[in-house]
Amino acid sequence: MRLQYPSNIKVIQLPCSGRVDILHLLKAFEDGADGVYVAGCKEGDCHFLTGNFKARRKVNYVKQVLAALGIEPERIEMFNMSSAEGPRFAQVAREFTQTIQELGPSPVKTAQAA
Amino acid sequence: MIVGDSKPLEEILEMIEGKDKVLVLGCRGCVTVCNVGGEKEVGILATALRIARKKRGLPTSIEERTLERQCDPEYIEELAEAAEGYDAIVSIACGVGPQFVAERFPKVRVFPGINTTFIGGALEHGVWSERCQSCGNCLVHNFGGLCPIARCSKSLMNGPCGGSANKKCEISPEVDCVWHLIVEKMAEMGRLEELERVWPVKNWITSRDGGPRRRVREDLKQ
Amino acid sequence: MKAGSNLEKVLAAGHFAVTGELGPPRGNNAEEVRHKAHYLKGIVDSVNITDNQTAVVRMASWAACKILIDEGLEPNYQMVCRDRNRIALMSDILGATALGIKNVLCLSGDHQRFGDHPEGKNVYDLDSVQLISIFKKMRDEGKFLNDKELDGAPGIFIGAAANPFADPFTWRAVRMGKKIAAGADFIQTQCIYNLPKFREFMKMAVDRGLHEKCAILAGITPLKSVGMAKYMAKFVPGMDVPEELVKRLQGVDKKAQGDEGIKIAIEMIQEIRETIPGVAGVHVMAIEWEHRAKEIVEGAGLLPRPVVD
Ligand code: SF4
Ligand code: SF4
Repeated sequence: MRLQYPSNIKVIQLPCSGRVDILHLLKAFEDGADGVYVAGCKEGDCHFLTGNFKARRKVNYVKQVLAALGIEPERIEMFNMSSAEGPRFAQVAREFTQTIQELGPSPVKTAQAA
Repeated sequence: MIVGDSKPLEEILEMIEGKDKVLVLGCRGCVTVCNVGGEKEVGILATALRIARKKRGLPTSIEERTLERQCDPEYIEELAEAAEGYDAIVSIACGVGPQFVAERFPKVRVFPGINTTFIGGALEHGVWSERCQSCGNCLVHNFGGLCPIARCSKSLMNGPCGGSANKKCEISPEVDCVWHLIVEKMAEMGRLEELERVWPVKNWITSRDGGPRRRVREDLKQ
Repeated sequence: MKAGSNLEKVLAAGHFAVTGELGPPRGNNAEEVRHKAHYLKGIVDSVNITDNQTAVVRMASWAACKILIDEGLEPNYQMVCRDRNRIALMSDILGATALGIKNVLCLSGDHQRFGDHPEGKNVYDLDSVQLISIFKKMRDEGKFLNDKELDGAPGIFIGAAANPFADPFTWRAVRMGKKIAAGADFIQTQCIYNLPKFREFMKMAVDRGLHEKCAILAGITPLKSVGMAKYMAKFVPGMDVPEELVKRLQGVDKKAQGDEGIKIAIEMIQEIRETIPGVAGVHVMAIEWEHRAKEIVEGAGLLPRPVVD
């Protein structure tokens, strides 16, 4: 990946976005992540047929959990892109970083620091 | 299996408010199968509760444990050493779990973390439907293998009522009219005539109406 | 005679019976009951008093029945299985008959999820068919469900409902047959708007000989407006309002729709009476329109009502 994307993003690779786990997503927030997003294949392009749909549903579940905890649900998102779209990957990364920067640091982190 | 639903997080947070050391306790029985109270859900709930505490800058001693079953005292006993070290135990087993845990450890505050909803089965992954009301005197063979007690909104034994329309129950277009299904099934089986019988009133003594139930098997007792 | 009620006598004498309907108020306003009742006096042979219909809390049916008796009308005491278990149902029929009530209509009752207290617990200890059989046993054998002797058996003319338009259609006549086998003396049907379908239903009933064992009264409810017709068609489960009826109402001026509805009801009664075998009378449910019941019954040529001793 030679394209530029913000260095504050930590990429965790999975064989398929469908393998992402609700628990992993929540753990990231527990450990102080300001935002998390899942980058999955384009809808209809999943090698395992429905992996990216499942990932989206899990992301939605985590949104509900965050909302119940009083944390902005926008801190987690799902994006679809093809693996051949390097520029789109970088663009999403920049945009999401922008969104999170606007939201500010995660309340989990700020409370810990206080 | 016994099917349940997670309680809203807000409700659980309220339950454990002010309780420092908390155990989220799962069960490997029915609630694991219906994805509401197994090891995985224990992890999710405990993590969510920890996030909530971190957010408020509170200590996060929220631990996780999953027992083989919570409806057998022998497994509850596994908590003997640890139980009293907690300020609260949130059991995410069916309603039996929190009761058995509370009975065994009277000094600990025990909370139900799920709502036990019904006895049913999975229609597909993520969808369950009620099938039995444990009436204590099973009759389903008379109705083509469908239970009118649990699945008819009015528990009619001589249905269907006048509200049955387009195979759906009068209470909601989402609910099948089980009596429509019964008539169809019995017709398919060539047994429609059996339904012409006027079913006499049911004896509800064997059901919850006869009081809380208890079962004793002399051959198994020790 | 089983009960010696006016309705029973009218039917026994071979007259085409007419029953009416009155919904008790949502309060203890006895005057309201008397007021509605006076519109029906002399117009119908007996009047159904609904029992917390659509699961909305209203004055107790038996109490409104008693008010009607005092006003010189004959009530049909409706009883649903939703709110009472066998103990209360048997007790209530004893009390009701002690007050002079002679006709009863046994129903399962609308589920409370429709009503104004949807959070309530329902009973459904019995279903309507079983309720009929218990009342028959009390009347004919003088015994409770548990076989213990009654100190005074209730003389009751037992009624039941049938909905020819609910599903599965072919089972509807059979289920009515079950009610008759259980002991129903008369049947009142759901409101009829789809005549061809009702005709088909009655043919199945007649083929089974049900009309010989029991008086079948055809249910008639005048449509007040296009809105009501559409609402019924869409939101009342098991109600069948054909499109052409809606169109016919749409074809007249809004203010005249009520009159058109009455006209339709009259035509319906006449056609049923003249062309559908096995029908012993009509049950006119002019819901919250009691004051117009007379027009319908009169228009159908069913006045004056016979006086039978
Ligand atoms: S008849 Fe009774 S025991 Fe059998 S499935 Fe229905 S409720 Fe359960
Ligand atoms: S519509 Fe069917 S399931 Fe619903 S109450 Fe009536 S008979 Fe029972």
